[in-house]
Amino acid sequence: MIAPLLRRRTLIAGGAGLMLTGCDRVIQQPTVRTILFKGEDMHRGLQRALSNRDALAPEFRPDQMSPRFRTNGTRDPGTADYAALRAGRFADWRLTVDGLVARPLRLSLADLGAFPQRAQITRHDCVEGWSAIGKWQGPRLGDVLKAAGMRDSARYVVFRCADLYGGAPYYESIDLIDAFHPQTILAWAMNDRFLDVGHGAPLRLRVERQLGYKHAKYLMRVTAVDSLAGIGKGRGGYWEDNVDYDWWAGI
Amino acid sequence: MSATVIHRHRLATRLWHWVNAVAIVILIGSGLGISNAHPRLYWGRFGANFDHAWAQLPRFPAWLTIPANYNLAISRRWHLFFALVLAFSLLAFMIVSLLNRHIQRDLRVRRRDIGAAHLAADVRAHLAFRFHDPEAPGAYNALQKLSYVAVIFVVLPLVILTGLALSPGMNAAWPWLLDLFGGRQSARSLHFIAMVAIAAFTVVHLVLVILAGWRNELRSMLTGRWRVPE
Repeated sequence: MIAPLLRRRTLIAGGAGLMLTGCDRVIQQPTVRTILFKGEDMHRGLQRALSNRDALAPEFRPDQMSPRFRTNGTRDPGTADYAALRAGRFADWRLTVDGLVARPLRLSLADLGAFPQRAQITRHDCVEGWSAIGKWQGPRLGDVLKAAGMRDSARYVVFRCADLYGGAPYYESIDLIDAFHPQTILAWAMNDRFLDVGHGAPLRLRVERQLGYKHAKYLMRVTAVDSLAGIGKGRGGYWEDNVDYDWWAGI
Repeated sequence: MSATVIHRHRLATRLWHWVNAVAIVILIGSGLGISNAHPRLYWGRFGANFDHAWAQLPRFPAWLTIPANYNLAISRRWHLFFALVLAFSLLAFMIVSLLNRHIQRDLRVRRRDIGAAHLAADVRAHLAFRFHDPEAPGAYNALQKLSYVAVIFVVLPLVILTGLALSPGMNAAWPWLLDLFGGRQSARSLHFIAMVAIAAFTVVHLVLVILAGWRNELRSMLTGRWRVPE
């Protein structure tokens, strides 16, 4: 009679503590991990069921902008290639648009400026928890993909960057719902000036319904693909492949 | 000594209690892990390192966080999965408790519950460790009822809605949530404050369970059967 009582008392006293360390142990189980990681798909499914696919992220007035917009991630790619492009004020920089497209493109900043432009004052939310509000301008990604004649077989758009993580270019990807969202733009201007190096010069992605790490900076190449299997380790982005970040970062 | 045993808690109440308890522990642990990524709180729409923070939080130690060692991605996986468990189990509990009349019978705050004299008497009774009305021992006392109502209908909905307001996807789906809380960083601050309220409730709840006789109380939440104190 004493043993079960003692066992129960230990369980209660140490209950919460055991649960915390227990969490670290059970997540080593592949099944638990798979179930837990399904949360991402559940949130995406629920949110998309609740909202229109073109529902807009909130936009703000100029007087609501952050006085100072901090940088994060790479502050300067620091490679010789990037330094050369930067020294030439990005006159020699080209954005490659390829993959499942009828007409691969190589676009200069002037070419991107010739597309219809969208300017938006939006909030940038880092996965760490901070937010900053800034103004972005550039062509819609959807217009650029249409200009390249994206094929019907495309399912995702992959972004490759000039900055290196672990010796390889940073990469990210989004699906076509976000790629063709009206606020998804290739921004070359921030707060009415050319994008600076800390914020991703000469071009970065804005995908306003997702967290900051999806907004790839220092863009070099945009590729339409039918699967993420061949990209990195197959989970669609540097952080997704290497530290288990959610691919769909809408929450 | 023949003790009177009554059936105090319905199955739905007991099920929700334990699902909710597990979700709360995991959500607070993983939430403190997430807090360590940027331990500053702001009011308003934006807030980052150059902006004024109204609170600089401590770095929460490994024994309090899930996982123990800092890992934002895994903290988020735990947090966002159990956020769904918390929200949908609360919703189910509310619906079932309306249908089985748990809310109307046991949680309805009556005028006499909140009269100054009655509340003062209830405080005195708590201080004397008398938690049950001999006339109706199975009923919740006034302070107990008020704290359950506050947690179930105010604090838990607040923590869920402020959590949803942190999602950039939900901001597009339900922009009114941001207006309700005064911007994303205000929602983040309120989310933290609601967590503190839940943690404080839990501590007081556990202390009172022990004072009221933890074996009887625990059994009643496991099996429903509760021995009426003499």
